[in-house]
Amino acid sequence: MIWGSAGEFLAMGGYAFYVWGSFLVAAACLAVEPLLVGARHRRALQTVRAERMRHEA
Amino acid sequence: MPSRLINWFRFGSPQSFYPLAGRLVPWFTAIAVLTGAAGLWVGFFVAPTDAQQGEAYRIIFVHVPAAWMSMFLYVIMAFWAGVGLAFNTRLSAMMAHAIAPTGAMFTFLALWSGALWGRPTWGAYWVWDARLTSELVLFFLYLGYMALNAAIDDPRRADRAAAVLALVGVVNVPIIYFSVQWWNTLHQGASVSLTRAPSMAMTMLTGMLLMAIAFWMYGLAVVLARVRAIMLEREAHTDWARELKEVGQ
Repeated sequence: MIWGSAGEFLAMGGYAFYVWGSFLVAAACLAVEPLLVGARHRRALQTVRAERMRHEA
Repeated sequence: MPSRLINWFRFGSPQSFYPLAGRLVPWFTAIAVLTGAAGLWVGFFVAPTDAQQGEAYRIIFVHVPAAWMSMFLYVIMAFWAGVGLAFNTRLSAMMAHAIAPTGAMFTFLALWSGALWGRPTWGAYWVWDARLTSELVLFFLYLGYMALNAAIDDPRRADRAAAVLALVGVVNVPIIYFSVQWWNTLHQGASVSLTRAPSMAMTMLTGMLLMAIAFWMYGLAVVLARVRAIMLEREAHTDWARELKEVGQ
């Protein structure tokens, strides 16, 4: 095993800021973007509903 | 396949592509999560410490997949924009619009992780190096594409204008890729290329390729999900959109 302890793993050989700075921002982007797309999908469904009501009116 | 010919254009219409994309998204998401977890495991617990860079090199498991995706997605975006421009097909233009935000995000990630990798190893977050500068241009091209598309009210005119910008910008992708060979750049050359064996340790390469597949599957899932939303937005007035079960009673 490369890492002796969890602490050693987190320290990342002294490069913690740089390695975790890269991975956490990447994880944040890959988590947030699907949420934004989901919200956009729900808003689009609203648009279709509104369009349908107008059509039926 | 019965005697009749395959209707190649069947999924060219939003109405038939919408359910297909909907079925594909979960599969691509699942593959992305699995290969991503495997890639992170190999990257952090299997790949050894680097002789020169110590642990800093592990940023490669995010930096290179993101950079590859930023270039790959731009070419795919320009392709669909070109098809939409040439054949006036609405769905192609929607696909190009669906790709842009994800491409821009990967470009940002490539620049961000590159800067965080550059600081400890080169001593600088940013230098006006050929590779870095052309990747920054790629970022502005994505932003310009999205801005131009948003700026024009009529969707069809916006498609055409943005498509021209995307096609003009596609020349930048080979410049990025070959920048490390053409100019004397601080950024190192390709460790992995299609023409010769990779100059990387096997476990490091495996981790990186797993993450690249994970980012690729993630990109497919998000782009297909976004194109469905775009289809609803632009086809809200059509019968097929109104009769969707999802729209509800």
